[in-house]
Amino acid sequence: MIRILFFGGLRETLACDETQLAITAPVSIHDIVLQLVQRGDAWQALTKQRLLCALNQQMARSDTLVKPGDELALFPPVTGG
Amino acid sequence: MTPRIRVQTDDFDVGQEHGLLAQSCNSGALVTFTGMVRDLANGTLHGLTLEHYPGMTERHLAALVDEATSRWMLNAVTVIHRVGHLARHEKIVFVGVASAHRAEAFAAASYLMDMLKTQAPFWKKEHTAAGDYWVEARHSDDAAAARWQPASAPE
Repeated sequence: MIRILFFGGLRETLACDETQLAITAPVSIHDIVLQLVQRGDAWQALTKQRLLCALNQQMARSDTLVKPGDELALFPPVTGG
Repeated sequence: MTPRIRVQTDDFDVGQEHGLLAQSCNSGALVTFTGMVRDLANGTLHGLTLEHYPGMTERHLAALVDEATSRWMLNAVTVIHRVGHLARHEKIVFVGVASAHRAEAFAAASYLMDMLKTQAPFWKKEHTAAGDYWVEARHSDDAAAARWQPASAPE
């Protein structure tokens, strides 16, 4: 199982701040996003905007492998300051 | 040097933060930056909501401060970022740097703000007379951050 967090405008579009996904072997972030997209219309947003990802609270590229127990976060480009 | 890094809903006191930075050992220069909620050009902004990624945001700010202290000789660093709802003219962010000389202090404060704006996980939503909008990332901020890439780093 992995924990997936969403932030900012993406969290609102998906109407979801956190979900879980069952995985038993390492899977790339890109492949996890493709699985999430199958959840319905709102989830198409994951492929229609520029997204950043963090794995275990470190910025990560979409080809990074996610292992069971990891925390993945998907979010739009940041706008603090 | 132990940096002071805080993410909080409460306001902060610039004078107090300045005083704490000024206590650092033998600093001849103290540069502070305060970011504030600015109205839109048409005067319709009611306020902002700042969202963050609890845990990662604090770790990321600490990593940025570590990088700044490896690039410049710094005696004290404070980074404070507010989250939650902020009204017009309220303070959002504070970066303060104390160093022996002004060049290091100006550069490090500028570096920290450029990196914070483009890398630290915060998201800003504007509440306006016409509705609520998530702020889009700005290319000018990316360009400001890009000038700190290794190729242009100080010797």
